[in-house]
Amino acid sequence: MSEQSTMSRPLAGGNAAVTGGACGVDIAMCLERGMAAKAAPARRTASSVSVALAGSGGSGVMTAGTLLLSAAAKAGWYGLMVRTSGPQIRGGEAAALVRLSRTPVDTLDDRFDLLLAIDWRNINRFADEIPIGASCVVIGDPDEGEAPEVYKATGARMVARPLKKTAKGIPGSWTNMVALGLAGALAGVPRDALEAAVRESWKRSSDSLAANLAALAAGMASAAGIEGMPTLVPGDAPDVKRWLISGNEAAGLGAIRGGVRFVAAYPITPATEMLEWMAPALTKVGGTLLQAEDELASVNMIIGASYGGVPALTATAGPGLSLMTEGIGLACSAEVPIVVVDVMRGGPSTGIPAKSEQSDLSFAVNGLHGDAPRIVLAPTSIADCLATTQWAVELAEATQAPAIVLSDQFMGQSRAVIERPSDVASPARRLVAKANAPDYKRYRDTGSGVSPMAIPGTPGIVYTADGLEHSEAGIPSSQVRDHRLQLDKRERKLMLHDYGSRWADVEGGAECAVITFGSSTAAVREAVARLAEEGVKLRLVAVRLLAPLAPAKLDQALRGVTRVLVIEQNHGAQLFRYLRSLHNLPGTPASFHRPGPLPLRPGEIASAILEWRGR
Amino acid sequence: MNDVATMNKGASCSPPLTHASYKSSYKPIWCPGCGDYSVLSSVTKAFAKVGVPPHRIAVVSGIGCSSRIPAYTSCYGFHGVHGRSLAAATGLKVARPDLTVLVASGDGDGYSIGGNHFLHACRRNVDLTYIVMDNHVYGMTKGQPSPTTEPDWDSKLSPGGTGLRPFHPLVIALASGANFVARAFSGDPNGTADIIAEAIRHPGFSFVEILSPCVTFRPEQREWKQLAHPAQVGTTDDPARAARYIMTDDGFNTGVLYAGRRAPYPLDRPDARDDVTTLKEEFAL
Repeated sequence: MSEQSTMSRPLAGGNAAVTGGACGVDIAMCLERGMAAKAAPARRTASSVSVALAGSGGSGVMTAGTLLLSAAAKAGWYGLMVRTSGPQIRGGEAAALVRLSRTPVDTLDDRFDLLLAIDWRNINRFADEIPIGASCVVIGDPDEGEAPEVYKATGARMVARPLKKTAKGIPGSWTNMVALGLAGALAGVPRDALEAAVRESWKRSSDSLAANLAALAAGMASAAGIEGMPTLVPGDAPDVKRWLISGNEAAGLGAIRGGVRFVAAYPITPATEMLEWMAPALTKVGGTLLQAEDELASVNMIIGASYGGVPALTATAGPGLSLMTEGIGLACSAEVPIVVVDVMRGGPSTGIPAKSEQSDLSFAVNGLHGDAPRIVLAPTSIADCLATTQWAVELAEATQAPAIVLSDQFMGQSRAVIERPSDVASPARRLVAKANAPDYKRYRDTGSGVSPMAIPGTPGIVYTADGLEHSEAGIPSSQVRDHRLQLDKRERKLMLHDYGSRWADVEGGAECAVITFGSSTAAVREAVARLAEEGVKLRLVAVRLLAPLAPAKLDQALRGVTRVLVIEQNHGAQLFRYLRSLHNLPGTPASFHRPGPLPLRPGEIASAILEWRGR
Repeated sequence: MNDVATMNKGASCSPPLTHASYKSSYKPIWCPGCGDYSVLSSVTKAFAKVGVPPHRIAVVSGIGCSSRIPAYTSCYGFHGVHGRSLAAATGLKVARPDLTVLVASGDGDGYSIGGNHFLHACRRNVDLTYIVMDNHVYGMTKGQPSPTTEPDWDSKLSPGGTGLRPFHPLVIALASGANFVARAFSGDPNGTADIIAEAIRHPGFSFVEILSPCVTFRPEQREWKQLAHPAQVGTTDDPARAARYIMTDDGFNTGVLYAGRRAPYPLDRPDARDDVTTLKEEFAL
């Protein structure tokens, strides 16, 4: 590792990165809430409020979090809910991390304003994931014991409320509804929005609904006397209905919009929800989802379907992507368009299945044997999971090549309120050969590198698709000329394709630039915005098209830039190394990188940027 | 599934279809005396018997001597990676049920590296025809033991033999739920053609094990000509009877040993074709 890329350790102190860099956090807090953050306030307002609802599995915190988010959305706010849980499938500790805001949010804040625990069993394990400070309010149920030392030590305001007893006093009601009322009231979510969210989600008897609405009201009433929580500035009711969607659902919808009608996949955390959403959705549009026996089968099944003319996709995570590698190479060689969505998680090997990390990048851009050009895309937000997956289908179909989409657990399993996406239906367009085309050659060396594809069933143009190197006609060949010709063709079709302006999000024109990708984009963007308010100007480049990288476009995006900081969530500075391997970044490029499982936070990044600029 | 599924339904070849209609102009590169020449001839004869035009057939294979068959036919071909032919064929057939899909494999490709897909293809019962040219050896890599090789067969890679009990493909196919189980011998090309044609016509997953000698690495397999014989029992749809027969026979019985009545996958194909834009409604607040 070059010495330019060692910033993560000195700056953040290893794993303490989220809470470390006190300077950065302070700046962030001040920027976010004004100087009020330093006073001892009674009730202040904020443009963003962060609430952690924690409890052991089965305590209903995820339901309460979802309802809080949907109630806030009804009241005109945006929001994000990140799910976090221990390694147990059921019964372990769980927390819904909810951030509500006046503007769209795709990242968690540096600290939580409220930690509300239904019980304290093992919740101390979330200390890193739920950073709190002295300005935070921590509410626990006195009947569930004392708050863990790790939270008390923060100096946060400790409050006791008998959640369980309150629920017991209202027969048929649940503790999580009391908690929802309490958290909602403290965040400033109006009663009618909370009630509407509960009513809408209710699938049980009307008696139990009445009891739980009473529990909700009791929870709201119990907020009286709790000081120090910021409440939200009232939201603006939108003209058009906003959407509440997870990254996995958005990717699934994008795939279907792009024209995918066949999916084969093997269950794997954290990609499974994408497949579970797609299974019934595909049925509605005449498509099929097939659960395969393993990832080797899934990738070869989608290659078979796509060879048959039907746009096809699979979704997986790192271990599955490893198994699919040979198949993706086959798709390169046989020129069969496929889309592989990799919802990244901590690696290597089984790694950390339910936590996010951007560490499959190197593998996605490099990990095939032979010279095997492929497309690699990364959505930059939950909403962008839709557009980018749709684009991946279009690109794969247009270039007859495999496309890998790098989503991750953070985007995939989190749910956000987003602007209503525009109705862009773009059925994939593949260059298809006509029946009885004279002198048809499947792998003809065309100017664009893309050759018309014969679809089985079409008379007069039969061919054999092959993973063996082949001649233009598709006949296996180990001839020098054929190998060079086909290698050139497969590279050329990706290099010559017009990717337009979507290759990256480029924002600002400052001389100092930060480059990032994927889910880190949201945290970086928020850090850049906070620093801009401080007078620190930065240019942001979030690369969406990672392969083939567009060096000329990157050059243009970085015109006038004298210094570059590359920001990413992995241990190996993978984007930094990759960009430098293909591009001469201006000045002395630096890297800020650290691995999962904790998501990058805006304050941490703001602090890193300030430290970098000061050098 | 999409437009492509129906785009050529009216198309047909005007000249009458004979086995020659299904042969490509490429000369096979198998060793002289290889059983796979006869299998190729049986496959093209079977296609002619079934009468589906070549462009409506896809021949899918993996890697190995047997897997070279697709390019030697005039059908659509797919020569994929080692062991995954059944997966590719499954995706193709489920996405394009209008096509006739024949999968060609060998004992290494199909029973070793592709063994898991074999089990699940039998269970899944997609309407495929799976022929495995079994010569009890890896021929393309020049003579290593395969799952069906005798335990004491000496080779450079496994000196003195593997000591492993051979895999019994027919028993495993039956136990895993294959809807059609047959054995054929390449030395009887007409009989093999009849069996393949019957396998293609039979709904669901049809498995045909074809004894196909490798005269290069297993010259003793020339004796199979004397050993192979038609089965003494007729086809049954009773898996218990089929199992008893298959487990106790001498391994050289040929014929259709089991033809079941399971409905092929997918059991119901939805006709519903909502507009894609209707999907978004569930996300609107």
